[in-house]
Amino acid sequence: MKAIVHVMLKDGVLDPQGDAVRHALGTLGFAGVQAVRQGKVIELDLAATDRAEAEAEVRAMCDKLLANTVIEKYTVAIA
Amino acid sequence: MKAAVITFPGSNCDRDLAVAFAAAGADVVKVWHKDTALPPGVDVVGLPGGFSFGDYLRCGAIAARSPIAAAVVDHAQRGGFVLGICNGFQVLTETGLLPGALMRNAGLKFICKMVELRVETQDSAFTEGWGRGALVRFPVAHHDGNYTLDAETLARVQGDDRVAFTYVDNPNGAAADIAGVLSENRRVLGLMPHPERVIDPHLGGSDGLGLFHSLLGKMALA
Repeated sequence: MKAIVHVMLKDGVLDPQGDAVRHALGTLGFAGVQAVRQGKVIELDLAATDRAEAEAEVRAMCDKLLANTVIEKYTVAIA
Repeated sequence: MKAAVITFPGSNCDRDLAVAFAAAGADVVKVWHKDTALPPGVDVVGLPGGFSFGDYLRCGAIAARSPIAAAVVDHAQRGGFVLGICNGFQVLTETGLLPGALMRNAGLKFICKMVELRVETQDSAFTEGWGRGALVRFPVAHHDGNYTLDAETLARVQGDDRVAFTYVDNPNGAAADIAGVLSENRRVLGLMPHPERVIDPHLGGSDGLGLFHSLLGKMALA
């Protein structure tokens, strides 16, 4: 079973890297990019076979390590 | 007085921190990240600067979950002193011993230069050797020193007089110019600038010694 975790900065937390990417896109001529937010995708291969259990476990992993919930939010998708 | 300096893979200021503690009169033991306990009788733990675990995932994130980190958290919760400098500050926010998080510098560049700091509180073992408002010069060397915390937490930290140092000229976008912050019990200090790099006038300055002398003096009385 595979889990895909998306980690993004919380709304309202400034993302200077995303902003730098937005500027660079403008320099390349891509007009109209109003905002860029940059995050992380983490893929996990799990031995678990139960979807609900897998999701609960991955959420615990996010809270303990994969995301810093002071500044980041996350979503978990089980594939 | 016994100081333990932790070395993580990628730490690069652990030796300097040990020298600074020793210069102020401490017995220093070096502790490896895989150790599960601090040596007996440790009064203060130093978490050094560097790039622990290559800054993988987030700065300080992996170090904060290493075997020794649990012992450091226990030490802090028993009222022990902890000093985290630069990457050590990042580790302390990742363990939750200090509030907030350290994000990429607002200007996105690695900053390596001498900065002027204002001592914001005299009410800590780390700063009581200076008066409030004293100006000191420590170097900074970091890519992720942009201290971020939500408005409510910032107000609480400021209201409790837990800001230890501010930048006179904010180099990295840190909230409220904060360079160093204290825990609720005022015994855990995290700061981005490097006091351990200014302990010898022949090597760029000695302002940093004030912090180590202040701390060791306080512990001697305790």
